Amino acid sequence: MKSLLRVVLLSSALVSGFASAVEFKQVQANESTVTFGYKQMGVPMEGKFAKFSAQTSFDPAKLAKAQARIDIDLASIDTGSEEANDEVVGKPWFNAKAFPSAGFVSTGVKALGGNRYEATGKLTIKGKTLDVTAPFTFQANGTRGLFDGVFTIKRLDYNIGEGVWADVGTVANEIQIKFHLVLTATPNKK
Amino acid sequence: MNTPIERYNNTAMALHWLVALLIFAAFPLGVYMHDLPLSPTKLQYYSYHKWIGITILLLVIARVVWRFTHTPPPLPASTPRWEVVVSHITHLALYGLLLAIPFSGWLMSSAKGFQTVWFGVLPLPDLVEKNKELGQLLATVHQGLNVFLFLLVGMHIAAVIKHKFIDHDQILERMLPKGMSK
Ligand code: HEM
Repeated sequence: MKSLLRVVLLSSALVSGFASAVEFKQVQANESTVTFGYKQMGVPMEGKFAKFSAQTSFDPAKLAKAQARIDIDLASIDTGSEEANDEVVGKPWFNAKAFPSAGFVSTGVKALGGNRYEATGKLTIKGKTLDVTAPFTFQANGTRGLFDGVFTIKRLDYNIGEGVWADVGTVANEIQIKFHLVLTATPNKK
Repeated sequence: MNTPIERYNNTAMALHWLVALLIFAAFPLGVYMHDLPLSPTKLQYYSYHKWIGITILLLVIARVVWRFTHTPPPLPASTPRWEVVVSHITHLALYGLLLAIPFSGWLMSSAKGFQTVWFGVLPLPDLVEKNKELGQLLATVHQGLNVFLFLLVGMHIAAVIKHKFIDHDQILERMLPKGMSK
């Protein structure tokens, strides 16, 4: 009898908890990934950034207040080959000594219907800041929220790969950036 | 010496000389590109090497098919027995190497995480997963097989020179179109 009462109380607490909005805030760094894809001599290549930090708050019911800031440690890049890892932190590419991180700061999020959304924001790499738009999907799974998105940048817009590397016939200009963020929720008190 | 030369047919000749030409491109390119510092040129040379190598693989498969479906012109009756045996072994080994070398290159590329896309258009499947140790092992295999190829091609050419300038026979002409030899 006692335990039944407990269940009833608990579930009603949970229901009310979900009825009030849930804000997804804590980024689970070990489950989240930022990867990228590009073509080299027509060959699809993939890489990732091992280290990045993200501060986000996302409540699907209050999109106007959604915010995201992601900082990527460029030296943590893994392009898939050591030779290339050493190369891309250098001056012609990221110049990671002078510009150790790349950053995205959101300026707005809008709903596209269903579980699809679109974030706009400013992406800063190598001292250059440009507007980007990143469509993403959001799935809430209890207190876990999954964000998956991909957007394309042109590396030459940010002077990534200067000099001989500016030849986009060898390393393509288009770089697809993919993010998979896992956030856990804190129920909103208000 | 007035009997007409029995030549290989046009298909066999075309395949032979095309493969020879491509080996003389792929081999030095392979040696040269290896020590280049990373640059777009290096990436291009690697791709060209791979494209040429896969082309060789396809042509050699065609040669093997030709060889199984045709009988090459018989050797002159005067050919010493040891020459027949050594030439057969050399040719067999050359076919084997010309299949194994590009195949090891293909596998090596997959293991190193660089897919082979033939002429930038046709992606070849990665037959092995990306694996650093395997990649290094296959690079050593590729290199080692090429040492054998170098030696055998050397023997092959030395034999042609011997036939032409010491024996004064017409072994070379068998692989040359009519117009090119008297
Ligand atoms: C008959 C065809 C081929 C020949 C004669 C050939 C020959 C060579 C030679 C001589 C080297 C230099 C080895 C060294 O000095 O380390 C080399 C390296 C190489 N080959 Fe090939 N190759 C052939 C086909 C291929 C194919 C089909 C591929 C890939 C699809 C390939 C991929 C490579 C790579 C990636 C290297 C560089 C290895 C490294 O950087 O360690 N090769 N090849």
